[in-house]
Amino acid sequence: MITDILLWSVFVAQVMLVAAMGCNAYRLIRGPRAQDRVLCLDAMYVGAMLLVLTIGIRTGSQIYFEAALIISVLGFASSVALAKFLMRGEVIE
Amino acid sequence: MTHAADLPAWAALLTAFLVLVGAGLTLIGAIGTLRFGSFFERVHAPTLGTSWGTGAIALASIVCFSMLGSRPAVHEILIGVFVTITTPVTLMLLARAALYRDRTEGNANVPPQSLLRSSRGNVPQDRSSDDMR
Repeated sequence: MITDILLWSVFVAQVMLVAAMGCNAYRLIRGPRAQDRVLCLDAMYVGAMLLVLTIGIRTGSQIYFEAALIISVLGFASSVALAKFLMRGEVIE
Repeated sequence: MTHAADLPAWAALLTAFLVLVGAGLTLIGAIGTLRFGSFFERVHAPTLGTSWGTGAIALASIVCFSMLGSRPAVHEILIGVFVTITTPVTLMLLARAALYRDRTEGNANVPPQSLLRSSRGNVPQDRSSDDMR
């Protein structure tokens, strides 16, 4: 019973996170300007990281934590690089 | 899901609640990016997912793995701390880039440069300041 509650709530949470990433993907494709697309790419990184964390809770494996940490680090680096590109026109000067 | 039978009932219920809260907040933030009108409103929306969305799911992971491993597993705090530190940096860089782009194109709905001249910091020198006035 309790196990079923945990199973279903993790499943519902995964569906909600996928829906959130879908909203972000819609704005990413349709976004009127480049900064909207960069913003939604950053939000999609966070959503993917949370999805990996919930998969880790579902399977009970510690490996997914490291994957989530790597996703968050790469998301920060790529978002900063894209914001710098929008401001300056080049990333490394 | 064989490991979930090892969890005590309160830990399983707390994990379920925290996972649902985190995912719900992330979904609300993502809907906000759809419904807000301008970029400077939209830049606020994903912070729901990066503050308590990430915090709640990391807490759920801490509760789950602490009960499974019979010793405190607190390394998920790393993710929470890292996301909390890096999100304002990213969004402030992005907002300044968007402000710079709007000013360069001469959009009328951003504040003029003279209001922010004392706090410009490392914003690049504006080469087209005559176009905006």
